[in-house]
Amino acid sequence: MRIKPIAAAALVTATALAFAGCATNETPAAGGTTAPAGATTLTGVGSSAMKAAQEKWVAAFQTANSSITVNYSPDGSGAGRSAFIAGAANFAGSDRPFKDEEIGAGKFAGCSADSNALALPVYISPIAVVFNVDGVTELTLDPATIAGVFAGKITKWNDPAIVKTNPDAKLPDATITAVHRGDDSGTTNNFTDTLNKTAPEIWTETAADTFPAAFGGEAANGTSGVIQAVTGGKNTIGYADASAAKDLGKASILVGGKPLQPTPEAAAAILDNSKTIAGRDANDLSFSLDRTSEGVYPAVLVAYVIVCQTYKDAAMGTLVKNYVTYIASADGQSAAATAAGSAPLSSALQAKVKTAIDSVK
Amino acid sequence: MTQKLTRALTDPGAGPDPSSGMPDPKRRGDRIFRGFAMGAGITILVILALVATFLLVQGSPALFADPAKLISQGYGEFLPWVLPYAFGTIWAAVLALLFAVPVSIGIALFISHYAPRRLAQPLGYVIDLLAAVPSVVFGLWGSLVLAPAAVPLYEWLNANLGFIPLFSGQVSGGGRNMFTIAIVLATMILPIITSLCREVFLQAPRLHEEAALALGATRWEMIKMAVFPFARPGIIAAVMLGLGRALGETMAVTMILSGSRNITFEVLTSQNPNTIAATIAQNFPEAFGLKTSQLIAAGLVLFLITLVVNMIARWIVSRRAEYSGAN
Amino acid sequence: MTTITHRLGSETLTAGRLPRATTPSVAVASIIIGYALAVLASGEGNIGLATLFAFVLFLVTIEIATRIVEGPRQAADRRAGNLIAGAFLLALVPLGSVTWVTVSKGLARFDAAFFSQSMRNVVGEGGGAIHAVYGTLYVTGMATLISVPIGLLTAVYLAEYGARNRLSKSITFFVDVMTGVPSIVAGLFAYALMGILVGPGTKSGFSGSIALSVLMIPVVVRACEELLRLVPNELREAAYALGVPKWLTIVRVVIPTAISGIISGIILSIARVIGETAPLLIAMGFTASMNNNVFANPMMTLPVFVYDSYAHPGTDVQPYLDRAWAGALTLILIVMILNLIGRLIARRFAPKTGR
Repeated sequence: MRIKPIAAAALVTATALAFAGCATNETPAAGGTTAPAGATTLTGVGSSAMKAAQEKWVAAFQTANSSITVNYSPDGSGAGRSAFIAGAANFAGSDRPFKDEEIGAGKFAGCSADSNALALPVYISPIAVVFNVDGVTELTLDPATIAGVFAGKITKWNDPAIVKTNPDAKLPDATITAVHRGDDSGTTNNFTDTLNKTAPEIWTETAADTFPAAFGGEAANGTSGVIQAVTGGKNTIGYADASAAKDLGKASILVGGKPLQPTPEAAAAILDNSKTIAGRDANDLSFSLDRTSEGVYPAVLVAYVIVCQTYKDAAMGTLVKNYVTYIASADGQSAAATAAGSAPLSSALQAKVKTAIDSVK
Repeated sequence: MTQKLTRALTDPGAGPDPSSGMPDPKRRGDRIFRGFAMGAGITILVILALVATFLLVQGSPALFADPAKLISQGYGEFLPWVLPYAFGTIWAAVLALLFAVPVSIGIALFISHYAPRRLAQPLGYVIDLLAAVPSVVFGLWGSLVLAPAAVPLYEWLNANLGFIPLFSGQVSGGGRNMFTIAIVLATMILPIITSLCREVFLQAPRLHEEAALALGATRWEMIKMAVFPFARPGIIAAVMLGLGRALGETMAVTMILSGSRNITFEVLTSQNPNTIAATIAQNFPEAFGLKTSQLIAAGLVLFLITLVVNMIARWIVSRRAEYSGAN
Repeated sequence: MTTITHRLGSETLTAGRLPRATTPSVAVASIIIGYALAVLASGEGNIGLATLFAFVLFLVTIEIATRIVEGPRQAADRRAGNLIAGAFLLALVPLGSVTWVTVSKGLARFDAAFFSQSMRNVVGEGGGAIHAVYGTLYVTGMATLISVPIGLLTAVYLAEYGARNRLSKSITFFVDVMTGVPSIVAGLFAYALMGILVGPGTKSGFSGSIALSVLMIPVVVRACEELLRLVPNELREAAYALGVPKWLTIVRVVIPTAISGIISGIILSIARVIGETAPLLIAMGFTASMNNNVFANPMMTLPVFVYDSYAHPGTDVQPYLDRAWAGALTLILIVMILNLIGRLIARRFAPKTGR
């Protein structure tokens, strides 16, 4: 009698093992059971802002190369950069390029000793100021007003500063609930950088991954959390990737007197008006964003893939090269635009990125 | 005591080995097995020591770094940074206890002294089912169902009881405030407090209870006279263990709370002090270098807080075990 | 027994007694009036408000009636009884709500594809969680493989060898302390340990198993120790009398006697850790593909799958939320089934209690 439970447990284990893990939508090779020689698993870690685009890229790339598995963990930019430095990731997705002190030949475990890391812009996404106010469908705000709202200095929807740019809107006499990201994020970094550059007299804090606690407001986690909080709340305003905004109203930002919607075109223009950071390797495309030029939607997030100039493992180099080549191609960029609502790279920039990738070994 | 004596007499492995001169092959098996068992026990001590050491080693850069460096590369000076989170952790747990303790004691009494005997055990299982719900599910439920549903209640509290500082301030539009967290955490720690209280209530001396009833006491008077005095240390220990659980809860807080870094007693607003555990879970992925160290050091602070709470709880339990003789 | 004393007491010591039908009739009346009041107060039928009104009304009516007919002591007794029953019903509210919401929202994607496909090459709709289900099995299985030998042997030491010496006392104490280690701290520990052993930033299923083991070991020790102590000493003495060495006695007599209890304890401890999210989030990373290798590359588990689907949805949120709820439903079912199996096995071995 006492044997029974053991037998039962054994039976359960046996059945579990008999169904040795496989998924019907995966080819056997993907499971790693019959892996051919050479690198077949590409590991990327990084920005969660890029997740939707990476999902699409990975899906398309794996469909075309069924023996290869690409894992992109949207753990965050910081995690991506440190995993890349430690060699735990073959490439990183990052919301910012490396800083001067972080970069240098020999600092990266996965690259050969004399190789530096390259940052290549592949994902441009406008950050929308989203709002949910009864009876208001269109809103135009100048940067100073946006800064005032998120800094907690403008607290009512019918504040003169808002009325001035929206003379026709029926703005209620209600308190503004400003929603910001509670977790550290590249979106916050780019958004606060925008406010700091375009309205420095009001937004006195410099750009940071963490939203300044002193300014108050409601915190929500992740892009989805912000959207949820803005949609679920009343008289709310927040900032999030434009692609996630869906049915929410997106405020136009006044740039040089002209209201600009967060469209891909207005966002992509930013890289054409910005300069690469000086003193980097010839193939490095790290940009220092210029958010104040005419006709450019200022709140834009540019995400990079960070790769080695030369990989220790040549097969890995080829794999990364193939993958990033696809990402930066016209196909890859338009796939991301439909899946993630990002702004495709301009053809001039695409060519530059292509040259850089071709040099990767 | 007598058990110990008989064991000493009958236990071949306990006394001095009579055949100590020459090794007995039979006894060698004993020694090896005993060694394994002891090794396993020591492994546990080592693991716990490792947990503390690793947290200390990996967190120490943040603890001993130059504050200026922490401000430029981390989240800011360590103590002022971690204090609001430590406050949030304790504040959320205490609020949760405020809800959970009366309800748990009620449920435990209902199961032990009110429900028909045949129903008592199934009812106990029903409450235990709450413990079977993973915290990530509570997180989904709290953020997508409870928080929006509770907003009218919060607005009412704010409008009618707003003069109490606790309920003052601007009500959070989405309901993702400390009050919601307290309700969710209370639900999560309910089963553990209930099951421990139930156990102590069942151990209350039957003779005392019958004596009280025989003297004409109502059931409630009997409980007040015979059950509560006996069970008080047990209840306190159960509460402390529930507190320990609430302090360390991560996912539900991460997914629900609109948390920031401030110290406030207002429970309805959108600016709530975040908890240590949730802060780690939210920021660990994005963190690197000094920030990672700082988060790990925060984990150490949380570890120490729960350690103290649990030690107090165990101390109370062991003290009770000594004088009650129930075990 | 209680009922007899009760009736005796009320018939001889108090003057009047409310008729038996009082409680149900007052309850029904309170519910109707409470609902009406709620409609009046808020303009629409708010169930929460109605229940609150009804319960308060019920309490007050019974209180007044008992106070007049039976006296203040009986009134206090009834009030306490009603509040206690109310507490129990109150606890059923979140349980019912969680179950209902999870089942109703989870069924949308609780289909064959969910249990046969991974998220590889899936964007938006479709896909499944089979990779997460297997990840959960691998990681929890690995954690069980680590925890059970350590936990069981420690329990053997405490119950059979320790004899309340200093070492066993401190082990008991620290095992208790270990039950209180926050799960996220266990995750940080595993992350730091793998960082030192293998290399910084290493994420693998094994790393998650270590984190779960830290949480699981103390539960296994507590359960097994209790069970081993319940084995009657006569069995051990009989074995010793036959000249069986102590270790063989433990392996062949003591543990087999307690085995069903031990297995149930282990199953319950698995149920305790299988839903853990936070430590795995830190220690294991994410993947959309099946990974059958516990020692390398990220691995998905069900709780992380649920969290990931909720926290990082794509541009079309609904399919991700549907998958999250389906994952939650699967998780709850797994935990409940494990609990049920554990309890069924335990019941066969349960010592008789007084009540």
